[in-house]
Amino acid sequence: MVNTTQEAATAGGDEMRAEIRRLSFSYGDKTVVKSVSMPIYKDRITALIGPSGCGKTTLLRCFNRMHDLYNDTEYEGEIALLPENRNILSSDIDPIEVRMRISMVFQKPNPFPKSIFENVAYGLRVRGVKRRSFIEETVERALAQAGLWNEVKDRLGASALALSGGQQQRLCIARALATDPEIVLLDEPTSALDPISTAHIEELVVTLKQNVTIVIVTHNLHQAARISDYTGFMYLGELIEFGRTPGLFTKPKDARTESYITGRFG
Amino acid sequence: MGIDQELKMTRPLSVQKTVSFTSAKHPARRLRRLREAVIESLLLLAAGSSVFVTLAIVFILVSESLPFFKHVPILEFLTGREWTPMFSDPKFGILPLVAGTFLTTGIALLLAIPMGTIAAVFLSEYMPARAREVVKPALELLAAVPTVVYGFFALLFVTPLLQKALPDLAGFNVLSAGLVIGVMIIPYVSSLSEDAMRAVPSHLREASYAVGATRFQTSFRVVIPAGFSGLTSAYVLGISRAVGETMVVAIAAGMQPNLTINPTEPAATITAFIVQVSLGDLPHGSIGYQSIYVAGLTLLSLTLAFNLIGFALRRKFREAY
Repeated sequence: MVNTTQEAATAGGDEMRAEIRRLSFSYGDKTVVKSVSMPIYKDRITALIGPSGCGKTTLLRCFNRMHDLYNDTEYEGEIALLPENRNILSSDIDPIEVRMRISMVFQKPNPFPKSIFENVAYGLRVRGVKRRSFIEETVERALAQAGLWNEVKDRLGASALALSGGQQQRLCIARALATDPEIVLLDEPTSALDPISTAHIEELVVTLKQNVTIVIVTHNLHQAARISDYTGFMYLGELIEFGRTPGLFTKPKDARTESYITGRFG
Repeated sequence: MGIDQELKMTRPLSVQKTVSFTSAKHPARRLRRLREAVIESLLLLAAGSSVFVTLAIVFILVSESLPFFKHVPILEFLTGREWTPMFSDPKFGILPLVAGTFLTTGIALLLAIPMGTIAAVFLSEYMPARAREVVKPALELLAAVPTVVYGFFALLFVTPLLQKALPDLAGFNVLSAGLVIGVMIIPYVSSLSEDAMRAVPSHLREASYAVGATRFQTSFRVVIPAGFSGLTSAYVLGISRAVGETMVVAIAAGMQPNLTINPTEPAATITAFIVQVSLGDLPHGSIGYQSIYVAGLTLLSLTLAFNLIGFALRRKFREAY
């Protein structure tokens, strides 16, 4: 169990950006996430690892209330955004506003069948931003942050679907960054990509943490070890262990964590 | 069954019967070939029959129309402003019938395309799946009402209702016929549009929601553009149904060829004319008789043109996913 005391809030000088407090989530009568508590540190990369079906993606999707789109789902517990300490799962908070502050990149690149420009501008357009110059600047900034600007600056009007898989995923990252989110959620962002594109995205994610807090779900333990600052290991819906990434990978405290990271199951 | 058991049950290779190849003249091979040939030709026949019927219809329409154009110059037919084939001094200008057809179709589409699309958005994007399973078939039931019922509905219910608001409205008029055709084709438009929207993969919707879009924005900015190709098909089918609709206009619109764009007046459509004239006794080969085929050919060309336009639109504006 992770403590929520003051010392955890400033672990190693890191400041908490959000805190999950005894969060459970169920589809119908099946509880998929069971009383998970963990901190999310500001401008750090937090990785969630665990075998398939352990609830890590479900937990990630609680952060932007994605589950609200489907029926028969229930949250219990809190995800508090800090420092204002507001529970984003509370029913009096509009999920649309949550998603405006916490954006998401999915497992499979899912650009809209629109131009490269319009894909990145989409988040601004749905917020009603009209000023052409502001939209253009933001699109350029987001594409540059996603390391895609130089490759696409001459064909912003071309269809996003003409890009390669890795480029499409970086476009989706640009789309998620364009609205200046506080937290970016990455759901196995490289699982559909080749090793070179994967390396590219990993580098990118590491540079992004200068400005934004990142939570990444990954199947790839090496990836978690390479890029994350903190790692949470989930198993059967529970958070088994949470800690700084080097410590968790070299000296896991729980036997199940050790079995998983040494490849005995999963 | 485990792989070990399976291996045990396989006979040793030495005992297995070897299958020898037969010559081309072997009776079993001949029979097999024959059977395949019969099946193939049956399939071809089934697939070809609709193509054949379509071609036959076009052939008959064209061949019966040709003698008509010996009497009436084609320019006069296309630009003449009067259509009076049964008068002693017959005039054969198709424009009044085309105008009537466009007017009823236009009114019908003004109603059916927005209503059908909105209904489809609601069904596909807003309604819970369980409610949709009840509501969609109910809406499709509208398409099961016989068109003659719609015709009397237009004449005896909609027209008197409209007359309360528009006292000058003629008893037979294009407006109420057009509106009722619009209601009639809503289920075609909405049902096909809904299929097109639901075929849009949900990962596109999630992408839209994930950056903070509302349901409405997701429907209109992502789902509709992505499903545009299917929506166009739905609209084109609606247009074809409206252009070809006969009973409602024959009953409620007055069957008077009338070159007008005023929907409160009576008018005749191409289909209404065909119905009216085919009911009378026309001597075979007379010019009145041929005029039916000419009208039919015009109607076919119109629907074909709409289909081609729809096809072109679909290719131009498609957002393939």
